[in-house]
This record gives sequence, structure tokens and C-alpha cells, in this order.
Amino acid sequence: MKDVILNNISKTYNKGIVQAVNAVSFHVDKGELFGLIGPDGAGKTSIFRILTTLLLPNGGTASVNGFDVVKDYKTIRKNVGYMPGRFSLYQDLSVQENLNFFASIFNTSVKENYDLIKDIYIQLEPFKDRRAGKLSGGMKQKLALCCALIHRPTILFLDEPTTGVDVVSRKEFWEMLKRLKQQGITILVSTPYMDEATLCERIALIQDGRIMSIDTPENIIGKFSESLFAVKSDNMGSLLQDLKNTGIIKSCNAFGAYHHVTFKDNNQNMNEKLIRVLEEKQHTNIELRPITPTIEDCFIKLMED
Amino acid sequence: MDTVIHTDKLTKRFGDFIAANEITFDVYRGEIFGFLGANGAGKTTAMRMLCGLSKPSSGTATIAGFDIYKQTEEIKKNIGYMSQKFSLYEDLTILENIRFFGGIYGLSDKQLKEKSEQLIGTLGMECEAKKMVGALPLGWKQKLSFSVAILHEPKIVFLDEPTGGVDPVTRRQFWDLIYEAADSGITVFVTTHYMDEAEYCNRISMMVDGEIKALDTPAKLKQEYAVTSMDEVFYRLARGAKRSE
Amino acid sequence: MMDNISTFIKKEFLHVFRDRKTLLMLFGLPIVQIILFGFALTNEITNAKIVVCDYAKDDASQQIIGKLQASQQFDIQRILLNHKQIETAFKDGEIKMAVVFPANFNSDLLHQHKAQVQLITDASDPNTATAISGYANQIVMDYQNELMQLQRVPYQINTEVRMLYNPELKAAVNFVPGVMSLILLLVCVLMTSVAIVKEKETGTMEVLLVSPFSPFLIIVSKAMPYLALSLINLTIILLLSVLVLGMPINGSILLLYAVSTLFIITALSLGLLISNRTASQQSAMLISLMGMLVPSILFTGFMFPLENMPYPLQLVSHIIPAKWYYIIVKSVMVKGLGFSAIWKETLVLLTMTMLLLVVNIKTFKIRLT
Repeated sequence: MKDVILNNISKTYNKGIVQAVNAVSFHVDKGELFGLIGPDGAGKTSIFRILTTLLLPNGGTASVNGFDVVKDYKTIRKNVGYMPGRFSLYQDLSVQENLNFFASIFNTSVKENYDLIKDIYIQLEPFKDRRAGKLSGGMKQKLALCCALIHRPTILFLDEPTTGVDVVSRKEFWEMLKRLKQQGITILVSTPYMDEATLCERIALIQDGRIMSIDTPENIIGKFSESLFAVKSDNMGSLLQDLKNTGIIKSCNAFGAYHHVTFKDNNQNMNEKLIRVLEEKQHTNIELRPITPTIEDCFIKLMED
Repeated sequence: MDTVIHTDKLTKRFGDFIAANEITFDVYRGEIFGFLGANGAGKTTAMRMLCGLSKPSSGTATIAGFDIYKQTEEIKKNIGYMSQKFSLYEDLTILENIRFFGGIYGLSDKQLKEKSEQLIGTLGMECEAKKMVGALPLGWKQKLSFSVAILHEPKIVFLDEPTGGVDPVTRRQFWDLIYEAADSGITVFVTTHYMDEAEYCNRISMMVDGEIKALDTPAKLKQEYAVTSMDEVFYRLARGAKRSE
Repeated sequence: MMDNISTFIKKEFLHVFRDRKTLLMLFGLPIVQIILFGFALTNEITNAKIVVCDYAKDDASQQIIGKLQASQQFDIQRILLNHKQIETAFKDGEIKMAVVFPANFNSDLLHQHKAQVQLITDASDPNTATAISGYANQIVMDYQNELMQLQRVPYQINTEVRMLYNPELKAAVNFVPGVMSLILLLVCVLMTSVAIVKEKETGTMEVLLVSPFSPFLIIVSKAMPYLALSLINLTIILLLSVLVLGMPINGSILLLYAVSTLFIITALSLGLLISNRTASQQSAMLISLMGMLVPSILFTGFMFPLENMPYPLQLVSHIIPAKWYYIIVKSVMVKGLGFSAIWKETLVLLTMTMLLLVVNIKTFKIRLT
């Protein structure tokens, strides 16, 4: 059973000048945790808004729970939960007031679905009389999630829920999503952070309104056809330049403490040759080892192809 | 080593709330200094004080050799600033933006002409020079914004989450620009949520609950906490945070 | 359904009550305006310098002049011989009023039982002008009554008041209805449009739209509190004008509230129209102020007399709802007229409201743009 289906969905702005979404097709299975991974401006928010019936697509069809996003918008609005990019809360209302309000407009009460949000709400409870505007980023994020869940939606749309939130809160948030998935809720989440991709069951990598790849994170990494190496030396800045100038390197990108490189010719002796070249350039403590690519490596490769 | 930022027990109180508590650190010339911390740890408050935008409650600091209390005007002349929220005029062209920002820092017409040609050349934006900035992709805007922030050759440039939401390729190009600036002697003071970017910094400070809880090179921090990534260092330090914004 | 509308309205009230600045503007503005004006009005007038131009020089005129001189309020500077000197006296700024007795004043009074006194005031200071002419009128009336008691003949002395420099005479009777229409506009157009656009800006509108709550009801629920607040404001203005300015409500209070409610709905529909077409609070505020409030101040007629405007501008004034409301309020409150006298203006307002509501419903957005 497919909960969300997109078929050649396109969206343009400014009378067709800006192509935000370009013939995007994918589906999300029931109970799946699906991630839409890409930078700002890739078209993630447009796709979310089309699926939540807030925008009309310029081309293609899409359905949510089997209902058409254009014709059956009223039915869809009853069944989905949506957390827009910015934490859309009433800053001047307290935690409790926000929650009660959103429960009410969905014709339900906090009490009725308390079991669903209990785990998250417990963390908010000490601040229940605090105004939403006075909460930390992480707390706002939790409250926004509670508000989106309060009517027990069948599908949850989370548009960049972790943007601008620190590492600790991000980790906690993904833990929460895992627990929600166990309750059988289908989750479609978008993020610009590539490292979060592996926390999803399936992902779509999106750039400039086009889907570059859709699969499980493992399979996307598996499709990375070249051997990838991590290189390190005492002078990382000049190492990057020197690597680019060796002539045997196909791609070279800084990745935290290491630079990730692929060779033009995937031949074993290349490693030794590279170390020799770098030693000639006076690099010390050179470290070179094969590694498994990350989703970010795959994303960069797909962008460059 | 030249010290370009020196703070001693710098503190900012808002009523009973201590946003930044006795922050003491030094940043050296040409260094890339990562300023990390959880949401609400006090990073923004500290950065505002260092830029001369907010007066400390107590403590002392000198920025580029100028006193943070008395010489805020001199400080502003010697620093550059760029934030995640794009800070150029969307309805002006690239050239017009460069001329405007160069102009307010007192660059002469001749300098402006040279600089803008050079800058557009480095960024490879020759074809777009007369396009409105609003029409550029986010990554380009951020790179342009950074270049404009260092147009007047400041001693220090403050970058507040400069790469938020930028695609992985452009993000790396952005860091190339940062390295280049650091090599030319500009000190880079940067905040980020990307932990791989923390690795690119020469030294890192970690703020938790208004205090600097750790300050060292990424390698030494990882060693100290016996972990393999900066991500884990951050997690170890910030997990214990009590404070919310 | 009623349940969630009431939650919605409750939430809306929380927004208003938690925003001190809005609250202050909402209730502070009318109070400040009315009280400031009240102070300007209640200035006690003593020893106002006047001149008399007596063409009659008979018993009656002499007696009235004597009474004027004896009163605390007036200080007669000179007795003039002709009209022309009056103008000069005014221009020199030495006097506040001139009293003119026509020739044959006494004989008119005795034979025709009817005579006229002309009171000419400097209405560039309208409050003083009204007060002074009021006092002078009182003195003339006193004399008339004395005469009637003595001789048991229905004598009648008409005072003809001429306002120099400001014939419209803006005063409380004009001011209170003016303040009423402006405050109602301000609250309903500006605050409603800003409140709705604010939800667009903070992104909460997105969440509201992706809920089973009908978009039309979102708008209605958002407008309701402002209807209530406007009625409270109206009551405050009316209470202040009666208690502080001593300006009575001559017509039916019920009628006044009924037409005000209609006007509030007109203004609310305008606010909704603006919020429908704008994406930021600033532009909503700018359009409300420049597009609504400024034309209303210009074309309502209480600041600048419409009769003196060029014809095209007079035509423009017809499309300003506040103008019609202003006429209605003046008729009901000041002149004490009933519905039969204001049905035309009410019909105009009603038509405008209907049109605006239809446009609102037709162009209402159930999605983002």
C-alpha cells in the first residue's frame, strides 16, 4: 500500500521563470520513514506544500492516502499532520494553550490522543505555562511536533524539522521519529543535513528541483561505483591543493578531519603513487585508507555527474 | 603570535539571567576559530559583544587592538560580518552591492573598481555581475556575501552560520574562500551547525550554558574525550546543558 | 463546530490581551483624543474682548449693551460706527466677537415683535468662537425673557451667528462622530488585516489551512474579536463624550449601535480584503494607513469641508464608507433624527458591505499563493 504517490509533479513560480520542482515522481509506502534530502532551494518545501494541498502543482498528479491533492483537498486536510519549515507556533501563547488550540481545530482533545504524544510531551511538561516564544529551539521543535500529532494523523509531513537545531536536539528528535514510526505513522521528512539520511528507511536526493536518486541509504551508497579514500596530513589546507594538482585524482573534497578522494584510474598502485607524490611535496604524517562513502559523498558525486 | 581577539571574564547579564558568563579566550592572527555551542548557549550574545553591538555587563576585551567599551567605532571599521540570513540587497545587482558596501567602508572609486573586478573574477560571476542578487542561487549569494564582508580587508571577519542550508559542493567552495582569507592574514571567527566544518577550524571553543566549556584544536578535543568525531565531542559537552533559550 | 470556533475566538483575544502595545493603542487612543479635546473645550471664557456696532442707538440696544458690559465674560473695547471697522478690528487680532444691532432695532421689536442681532465671531479658533457666541446668545435671550415677562407680548430676538474664517465650525458635534469613524476604521481595518497577515508570516496560517477547520471560518473567527473590541471602543467613546464633553446623544442609542455594527462589518471586510492580498505585516499596515485611514481623514468631511472641494474630489468622497457613517452618526447623535432620515446613507453602506463581502468570498484563498 502506497500512502503518498507523486507522478511527474512540477511547480513553477514567477509565471514559469523559476522551476522549483521539475517532473518529480516517487512514492512513500505505508508506515515508512522517507527522507527528502537536499539543500535549500532544491524544491523540498514546494513538494511538501503540494502534498499538504497548500499549493497547486503546474503539472503531474499526486495523491495522499489515495486522495488527489487537488480535488480531495478537504479529505486530505483531515488526515495529515504537517510541521512547516519554521516552527509554526503562536509565540504569545503558552505550551499548553498552543496544544489545546491545535487539538481543537482538528476536532479532538489533548486527552483523547495523549498516549501518542506522551513521550514527547513529558519533556515539555515542566514548561507548560511558558510562552512558546520563550522556548529553546529544541523545545519549540518538540512542541511543534506535538501539535502536528495531536489529531493522530495517518501521515506526518515534517519540513526541515531539524534545521537550526543543535546536534543534541537533532539526535533526540530522530529518536522520537523512530518511536512514532513504530506506532504505524507514515513519515515524510526533509532535511539539508546529509548525515541524517542514514536514519531514514528510504531517501530521495534532490537538487535543483530534480530527484537525483531514490533508494535505501545502503543501496545509494552501494551505487557509488568508485573506490573512495580518506587522506590526511599535517597540513590539510595545502594538502587539498596538492591533491588537486597531482593529475591522478578524479575528485577531491574536504570532509572534516580528512579529504575524500577518488582516482582517475582505480588501480591499486595509485595509493603508493599518491603517497610518494605527497611526500615529495613535503607532507608529513600522511595517512591514506579506503573508506565507505557517506551519503554526502554520493550527493556530491551525483551533483557533479 | 599576534592576538587579535582577547577577552577576559567577559560577562553579559539580562536581569538575573547570565547570557555569557566570564568568557576568557584569545584568538590569533590568521586563525580560523570555530565558535560552537548548543541553541541558547550564549553564542549570539557573545558574538554581539565582540562586534561592538552590545555592551558587556563586566569583564574586558580588545578586538583588533581596540577596547570593546570605548572604541566600538574603530572596532567596526576593522571587522567584517556576515550571517546566515543573507545580508546583501536583493534588489541591487552584484556590482551595485559591491560598490555600496565598499563605499560605506570608505574605499576610493579606483579601489572599488579594482576590487570588484578582482572579486567577480575569483568567484567566476562575470556573466552575472549585472544581475539582481535576488536571482542568484543561495550558495552563490553566500559566497558573494562573504567576499563583500572582507572587501575592506578587515582584521577579523565574523561568520554566523554562513553555510546553513547550502549544498555540499558550494559549502566546500565556501570553505575554500575562508582558507584563502585566513591565508591572507584575516582572522576568521565562525559559528556552524555542521560538525565536519568544525574540523576545518584551527581551534574550537564550545559554549554550554553561557560558559566556554572546552577550547582546543579539533584533534586534541577528540583525544581528550576519546572519541573519533567532533559530533561526539559536541554531544558529550552539550548533553549536560541545563539551559534553554 | 461551535466548540472550535469559540476556542479560536478565545485564542484571538489572548493575542490581543498579551500585546500591550496594541492594547494601549486600542483603548488609549480614543480616550486620549476625547479627553484632549474635552480640555480644549472646557476652557472657561472671561473678559473676551468684543466690539459693538450699534446702528440702532435706541433703548433696547443700549440695554443689551449694558448687560454685555456687566457680564464677566465680555469686555467691550469700543462702540463702532460701521461694518468696515469690524473687519479691521478682527484682523488686528484685538477682538473675539462683534455684536451688530441693525437700525430700528427697538421699533422692529415693539411693532413687529421680532428683531435681529448679529453676532460675528472669529472662528479660526472654533472652540472659543462657539463658546462666546453661546454666552452672547444667552444674554440676548435673558433680555428677551425679561421683556416678555414685563409686557406679556411674545417678543422674539433672533441672533444671527456669523462665523468668520471658519464657517464650517469644527467642534465637538463634528469631532466625536469623526473620532468614532476613525477609531472603528483603525481597529477593524488595520488590526484585522495585520492579525491575519501575521499568521501568514509566522507560518501558522499554513498549519491552519492544513486542518479540517474551514478557511472561511478561520477568517470569520479572526474578525469576531475585533467586532467585539470595536463595540467596546464605541461605548467608551460615547461614554466619554457624554460624561466629559457633555455632548448628549439626542437620537436612539439602539439605532446608533445598529448602524455602527454595520459600519464595523464594512471596515472588517475591508481589512479582510487587504489581508487577502498582502504577505507581510508592514505592507498590510501601510495599505491600511495610506489606503484607508488617510483618505478617510481627508474625505469624511469632519476635518476638511467637502463642499469646498473641487467636484472630482467630492465624487471620490462618495466611495469612502467613513463619509456615510459620519453623516449617519451626526444625524442620529447630534440632530436626534430617526431611521427615516438616514435610510439612504445606510443603504449605501449596506451595498458597499455586501459588495466587499462578495469580493472577499470570491477571491478567498484556500491555498497559499
